[in-house]
Amino acid sequence: MPELVAPEPDHCPGPESTTAGTSDACAGCPNQQICATAPKGPDPDLPAITSRLSTIHHKLLILSGKGGVGKSTFTCMLAHALSQDADTQVGIMDIDICGPSIPRMMGAQGEAIHTSASGWSPVYVADNLGVMSIQFLLPSEDDAVIWRGPKKNGLIKQFLRDVEWGELDFLLVDTPPGTSDEHLSVNGYLKESGVDGAVLVTGPQEVSLLDVRKELDFCRKAGIRVIGIVENMSGFVCPNCHGESQIFHATTGGAKALAEEKGVPFLGAVPLDPRIGLSCDYGESFFDAYPDSPACESLVEIIGSIRSELGLEPLKI
Amino acid sequence: MSLLPGVQHIILVLSGKGGVGKSSITTQLALSLSLSGHRVGVLDVDLTGPNIPRMFGVEAATVTQTPKGWKPVQVPGTNISCMSLGFLLRDRGDAVVWRGPKKTAMVRQFLTDTVWEGVEYLIVDTPPGTSDEHISLAEEMRRFLPSGAVIVTTPQAVATADVRKEINFCRKVGIDILGVVENMSGFVCPHCTECTDVFSSGGGEKMAEEFGVAFLGAVPIDPKFGLLIESQKQMQGEGTLEREYEKCGLCAVFKGITEKVMGIVEDKDKRIPV
Repeated sequence: MPELVAPEPDHCPGPESTTAGTSDACAGCPNQQICATAPKGPDPDLPAITSRLSTIHHKLLILSGKGGVGKSTFTCMLAHALSQDADTQVGIMDIDICGPSIPRMMGAQGEAIHTSASGWSPVYVADNLGVMSIQFLLPSEDDAVIWRGPKKNGLIKQFLRDVEWGELDFLLVDTPPGTSDEHLSVNGYLKESGVDGAVLVTGPQEVSLLDVRKELDFCRKAGIRVIGIVENMSGFVCPNCHGESQIFHATTGGAKALAEEKGVPFLGAVPLDPRIGLSCDYGESFFDAYPDSPACESLVEIIGSIRSELGLEPLKI
Repeated sequence: MSLLPGVQHIILVLSGKGGVGKSSITTQLALSLSLSGHRVGVLDVDLTGPNIPRMFGVEAATVTQTPKGWKPVQVPGTNISCMSLGFLLRDRGDAVVWRGPKKTAMVRQFLTDTVWEGVEYLIVDTPPGTSDEHISLAEEMRRFLPSGAVIVTTPQAVATADVRKEINFCRKVGIDILGVVENMSGFVCPHCTECTDVFSSGGGEKMAEEFGVAFLGAVPIDPKFGLLIESQKQMQGEGTLEREYEKCGLCAVFKGITEKVMGIVEDKDKRIPV
């Protein structure tokens, strides 16, 4: 990316785009000359990223337009479930830069990253489960990362180019909510090395589905294959009387109806279980702690659906 | 007093974490203020996930362009008018795939081009995080003298961890914190009235204490409120949202929170010479 002398103007086409320096918005911009003369075309780091990621067999994006529906929770549970098999190597990359939750959920709070000549080593929470997040780079837990888009893109690129994953069967990329810089960048950088697809997480209520519709539209525009939709926080069973209630009402039919409407697979529904939240707070694996809970059962089913969508053999758990 | 034309007080609703109920809290603050006779404006700067139109049941409405600027959408039967990117989209499923500079431009345009008239409280709903929208909002807001921010969190540690970042953000950019609201604090089972802490409890209060900011109150999970929002289409007649909300258990909880917020805001704005 070219070195800019002033902030980008309102309708900046992006300093790396093909119209940089020549579009209408560039007129009068102090950066115009810089952008116009900067080298165009694909990012020079793309081959480095592609070769770095060539040892990863499957790359999955965990997306949702809505925040707090359980993207990180689902990512962690999926990672724990996949890594039950000791021969399966799993990695999690957390690209939620302003609100990284993965380290806490994986019980890797306060860990630091080691750098070596060959790159950054991820933090390993199990032999076959590595984690990478910006949280590991922050001096204090409470520090805010107040960054605009380009800086976030730079870090994502570094995560993709410099992290030494080694041989991986699955790389799960946990994303922030929305359809903006992080999503565009990760998709752009991964285009060449190939993403298997995206798993969309949603809550049952329409307010959440509304944003997931936007995410589906984004996937279509960006050319990302949608592996399916997972409905999280669906139904709550009272631990006292075992009566079920809908905390988040699926007045419009929930994720299932949306999946049917949009013609994408519905992967399953995970019920709301207060123990899931607690496991996340303490960084424990919910999968190991309560293997017989209904949430785990539905999770196993969901993983089965994901594996069959990817054309893989079902996993014995 | 804020310096934004036509607006007396500006309150930001912030949270580092997504899905903790920023839009719900914004909606309920607005309804609660409107019920006590105040004129309220709601500005939704969540550009990639605008929920405010759905919350107020005005998804089909469009913004009118007047010679002076954009005229916000009036919520029927209430004293609330709102502005959101959702009103400008062709289809409700359309994604807004924008990078930073374009989002910044939109936030600026919302602030300068919307015509607020006689609004006592302008409540600004934000997306999660501490990035482009927030930096722009903080930069642009500075000259309008906002009263401060209401920070929303849920009780679990995963959420408060992100919200701590937001508090540090506010301190760095010089936005005053009015207080913390703990949302989704406990759920009363409709079958046996046993209260379960679905997302644990007390985390918000503890965090407020730690940072030395006011704790405004804890709001329990009430599926009735969610249902009320979701089923507005089926309801008939004007002002139903406000009237129905009055029957909701959360209305009483919010009355307390709103009074606290109003107290802090008025007290604060009195001390700033206009």
